[in-house]
Amino acid sequence: MSVLEAALAFGFAALGLALAMNLWRLFKGPGVADRILALDTMVINVIGLIVLAGIESRSGTSFEAALLLAMVGFVSTVAYAKFCLRGDIIE
Amino acid sequence: MSGVAPLAETLAAALIVLGAGFALIGSWGLVRLPSLMERLHGPTKATTLGLGGMLIASILWFQLGEGQWTTHELLISVFLFVTAPVSANMIAKVHLHRLRIGEPGAPAGPAGPPDPPPGRADWATHEAPHAGTPGDFEGD
Repeated sequence: MSVLEAALAFGFAALGLALAMNLWRLFKGPGVADRILALDTMVINVIGLIVLAGIESRSGTSFEAALLLAMVGFVSTVAYAKFCLRGDIIE
Repeated sequence: MSGVAPLAETLAAALIVLGAGFALIGSWGLVRLPSLMERLHGPTKATTLGLGGMLIASILWFQLGEGQWTTHELLISVFLFVTAPVSANMIAKVHLHRLRIGEPGAPAGPAGPPDPPPGRADWATHEAPHAGTPGDFEGD
């Protein structure tokens, strides 16, 4: 096992644990803002997972997925927050 | 692993461990901290920084190890570093708004609910709706 493989294994484990903790916050709440924040953090952690998978597979094809997820995650967070603030997303 | 500079491999491995550690600490802060205003710090700072570390590791690995120059990671990191404060601001606005309308179960934090701004001003969580839009309840 090379250094990089060990580091990748640690990274996958850490990000998986982080996702589990975000899921706990998503179910626990207690407020709507906490759930939006937990979803936003989950998206960021999944982007990290995709980047690590791209390093492991040694192919640059997964970065479009990561970029797309970053954009969709940001737009959905803002849409959720906007809906809570105004009761409408596009006015 | 033949043909790969050991320096590049070690550097990428160190950055991956550092970045994943930061992401883990950010999510641990999301679980551990007592109120939302404090919980915002973990994901928006530590997790974003950790992802930046992993993206730099990816750039290094593909440049030094595989010999190809990729810019996707730069795009992703710039996009994330620009959007993280915006989404944090929106979530904090939702929290203030919910506190003001008295949502049950959401703790305000150890410092209590935030003082309103001085004068007749109010938190800009729910700015005055434009006339004629669905948010305009003036005539109801």
